[in-house]
Formats: sequence, structure tokens, C-alpha cells
Amino acid sequence: MLFACAALSVAITAAIVWVLVSESWMFFSQIPLVTFLTDTQWTPVFTNARYGILPLLTATLWAAGIAMAVATPLGLVLSIYLSEFAGPRVREILKPILEMLAAVPTVVFGYFALLFLTPLAKQFIPGLSGFNLLVPGFVLGIMILPYVVTISEDAMRAVPMTLREGAFALGMSRWRTAFSVVIPGAFSGVTAAYLLAFSRAVGETMIVAIAAGQNPNLTGDPREGAATITAYIVQMSLGDLPHGTLAYSTIFATGLVLFVITLGFNVLGFVLRRKFREAY
Amino acid sequence: MSDSMNAPHPIRDTSGDQTMTQAPATETPVRAQVRDLKFWYGKFQALNGVSMPIYDRKVTAIIGPSGCGKSTLLRCFNRIHDLYPGSRYNGEINLAPEGVNLVDKGIDPILVRLLVGMVFQKPNPFPKSIFENVAAGLYVRGIRNRTEVEGRVEEALTQAALWNEVKDRLSKPAFELSGGQQQRLCIARALAPKPKLLLLDEPTSALDPIATAKIEELMDSLVKDVTILIVTHNLSQAARISKYTAFMHMGDLIEFAETEQLFTNPAVSRTQDYVTGRFG
Ligand SMILES: Nc1ncnc2c1ncn2[C@@H]1O[C@H](COP(=O)(O)OP(=O)(O)O)[C@@H](O)[C@H]1O
Ligand SMILES: [Mg+2]
Repeated sequence: MLFACAALSVAITAAIVWVLVSESWMFFSQIPLVTFLTDTQWTPVFTNARYGILPLLTATLWAAGIAMAVATPLGLVLSIYLSEFAGPRVREILKPILEMLAAVPTVVFGYFALLFLTPLAKQFIPGLSGFNLLVPGFVLGIMILPYVVTISEDAMRAVPMTLREGAFALGMSRWRTAFSVVIPGAFSGVTAAYLLAFSRAVGETMIVAIAAGQNPNLTGDPREGAATITAYIVQMSLGDLPHGTLAYSTIFATGLVLFVITLGFNVLGFVLRRKFREAY
Repeated sequence: MSDSMNAPHPIRDTSGDQTMTQAPATETPVRAQVRDLKFWYGKFQALNGVSMPIYDRKVTAIIGPSGCGKSTLLRCFNRIHDLYPGSRYNGEINLAPEGVNLVDKGIDPILVRLLVGMVFQKPNPFPKSIFENVAAGLYVRGIRNRTEVEGRVEEALTQAALWNEVKDRLSKPAFELSGGQQQRLCIARALAPKPKLLLLDEPTSALDPIATAKIEELMDSLVKDVTILIVTHNLSQAARISKYTAFMHMGDLIEFAETEQLFTNPAVSRTQDYVTGRFG
């Protein structure tokens, strides 16, 4: 039974990879990989179509990067607080709130960013466009926060009490114990939490599709709107592109890029985990 | 407790003085005096008023059947109980000559722990390098000068009889050491900050006889500089290494005496029963 499940999931993954690769094959047989990776314009449905992934990729990295900039410090402080400071009662209140945050449909986050936060942020940030990367990046950070906190808190709580006692016995404070003993002790779990969160941020669709706009735009300024890879895929999938066209195959080519990024991060997580395996 | 303590013992040395909880008529200075120390885990009282002296730069052993409160007593000396909610102390552990009561609520436990080192039953090295483990307590005390830190790490590792085994791999993770080496590392970690009092809670219970012998030898040489309090359920170990022994039973201190006297000529019949293996 277990084997059947495992085999099924392997089969499904293999099928997804096969579809991605075979459908992108048509794309890459017509557009050289170098062009795809270096061209600075992405206009596949224009008459003089250009196929450079860079605008989509940078927008994706901007949004995910901003999300991580929000989720990393907040997630670290919150998980340390929950695992090292909070009493059971506080934990009982805070954890369900975080889980609720994870249950909010991302569409809601998207419209929250577009219709509420962006107009609000416009008053403080001059030059902020109606569609921009900054606000959805921030909201993305809030969205991934529960994943970061739950996984890293679990990892921190798995660090044996005897290690903390050793640290306290040396005269360390709670914060110092958290940073110099608990976090190193939970290193693989905490890292896994952040890698997973980054993967989620990269793969997240609705928030950026709604609030960052659908216009491929190679930009160094997160106040501007720009379509991410996921936003592009949504946009194209909703359109009525005929199957078999080059424009249609861009969906798979960009999807493949997304897959490679997330796979890369998972492998990185796996390697780190192996390297820093904790043995208690 | 009092009735058995005052009960006449058939083989009691009549020339001995009547009080067992105070210093015999020698010039040995007292480093700490425990007075009517009580301790509660929540509602459960684990120490029922313990009084005993701790002699300066001597090894004092605490023996007694499992669950009698040996660890509880030891852990009062560095206030490690403070980590857990519901812990409550009453009574005194007066340091001499400082004249402070370690278990006084007004005394910051961190200040206590800066004076007192502790080695635990199970080796609990931090998830760091060998060097960083030993240096951890120095960093806590603001000692960061590289040459001083290196000097004291070497000194502590030498004292713990580990230097020769690890000097070529100080930057290797502490987890790579064997159990006995890890325990000696933990001893070095406790020694590096030069504590006034060293607490050891069954430090050899998880070790093989060779590692145990090494640690016993080590205590013999350490006691020139530091006052040692060791919990052990190994009676021959207590007899080998300690100058004084306290025998506990169900949260009471039954008898405190010079080790030789406690083992050969105890004042209380319950001590006699215990050291001759008739119970516990
Ligand atoms: N954290 C705790 N909470 C409640 N009771 C405890 C706790 N730790 C120890 N005890 C109880 O206190 C008594 C003394 O325990 P301990 O000092 O660990 O004994 P020993 O070290 O002599 O074996 C035992 O009855 C034990 O069950
Ligand atoms: Mg114990």
C-alpha cells in the first residue's frame, strides 16, 4: 500500500516532468536557449515576438526576494518566541492564528494587496504604481510566514532540553541560547523551512498575478509592476491559444524554468540537510 | 529525618562529635553552606529541608537511591530549575566568602551560573565545533580576545585530558567525538570559564570503564583549584573520589560525613543499610 502510494507519486512526478520537457521541446527547437536566457524582452504574442525569460524571471525573483526579506526576520523572531519564550497558553493562541493565515485563499491576499495595501502604501512610497512588485512581495512574505514559523518552530522544539540546560548552565540568556545553541541545533529544519518558503513564494500565482500586473517588464525598481513567471502562465492559460503554436509552448518553457528553480532549491535543502545532519 | 539522624548507632565512634551537618573540627574552609533547603516541582516537594556544608576545593559526593532528590539538590546550586515554570526554592545556599544566598529570588540566576559550572549525566555538546564548544562560556563572559580564548581553550582541554586527542581537529564538529570524549569536552566547556564550583550529575553513568577512570582521575587533579559537587549512584565511585559524602533518601539528607567515615562507620542505620547494599 505504502509502496503503491510512493510509486504513484513518483509516476505522477515523472509524468509532469515528461509533459513539461516534451512540450518545451517544441519551444526550444525554435528558440535557442541562449536567446531565451539572455534576451531582455518577453513578447511572445506580438507580431515581432521576443522570447527572453529575463523580465519574468527578475519579476519572480523580486517578488520572492521581497517576500523572503519580510518572512525571514519575522519568521525567525516568531519561531524563537514560540519555541523558547511563549508559555503553552500563548502558543495555543498564536499557532491557530498562524494556521488561519495559511488557510486564507491566495486570491484574497491578492485583492487585499491590490485594493487595500497598494493604495495605502502609495501615500508613503512616492512613485508606487497601481501594479507593483513591492506590495505583493510583502503580502507574499506574510503568506509564507506560517510555513516558515511552523516548520522552524518544530525543528527548534526538537532540539533536546539537555542542550538548552547546557547553555543556561554556562550563563547564557534565553536569546543567546536561542541563537547560539537552538538555531544551530535546528539548522537543517530551519533551512528547510526557508527553502520551502522560497519555493512557495516563487511558485505562488494569484497574489502576483492580481497585484503585480501582467506586463512583462525587466526592471530594477520594485515600485513598478511586472509579470512574474506564474502570472504569465495564468494569463496564457486563461487565453485561448491554439495548442501546438509556439506561443502555447511558452507556457511549458516558462513552467520548466519554474520547475528547475524549485527543484534546485529542494536539492539544495536536501544537500544541506545531509551535510549538517544533527545527531542527538 | 531528625529521629533517625539522632538515633544512636551501635558502631558509632564515641569520640566523634554529635552534629553531622556542620564542619568537623578541621581548618578546611567552607565554600557554601546549605541551610534548610526546600524545593518544589509545582506541588511536589522534592527536598524537605537539606542542610550541609560544601568544603572549599574538596570533592563532595551525593549518593542515595534513584529518585531521592540528588539531581534536584545539585541543580539548586546553579538555579537551573528556574528554566521550568512551577519551580520553587526555600531556604539558603550561602556562598562564603561572598555571603550571597544563591537561591534568593533577588539573585539573578545568570550571575549564579557565571560562578558555577555544570556537567550533565548525558554528554550534551553544542552543535558546534570542538573549539567553539569550549569557547562558548568565555564568549558569554565577554572574553573575545583571540589569543586569550585560544589559550584558555587549550588549558581547559588539557585539564580535561582531551587536548592531545583533539588538538589537530579543533574545528571538527563535536558530534564526531566518542561518548567519553564528548563528556570530557563538556567538562572542558564547564572549566574554561574557571568556575568556583563544579557540579557533576552522574557524569560517568553513560561511559565505559576506561572513560570513567579518566574522568575520575581528572577530578582528582581538578580539585586543587575548584570545589566539586558530584552526584553518583555508584558507591565505589563516591568512595574513590570524594572527601565528603552526603546520603539522601526521599528528599531528606540522612547523613553527611567524611566519606571514609560514612562508608565504614556511619552514624545512621539507614546509611549503613544503603552503603552495605541492603536497600536501594
Ligand atoms: N521536573 C520534575 N517534575 C516533577 N517531579 C520531578 C521532576 N524532576 C524530578 N522529579 C521528582 O523529584 C524526585 C527527585 O528526583 P531527582 O532529583 O531527579 O532524583 P535523583 O537524581 O536522586 O534520582 C523524584 O521523585 C522525581 O520523580
Ligand atoms: Mg538524577
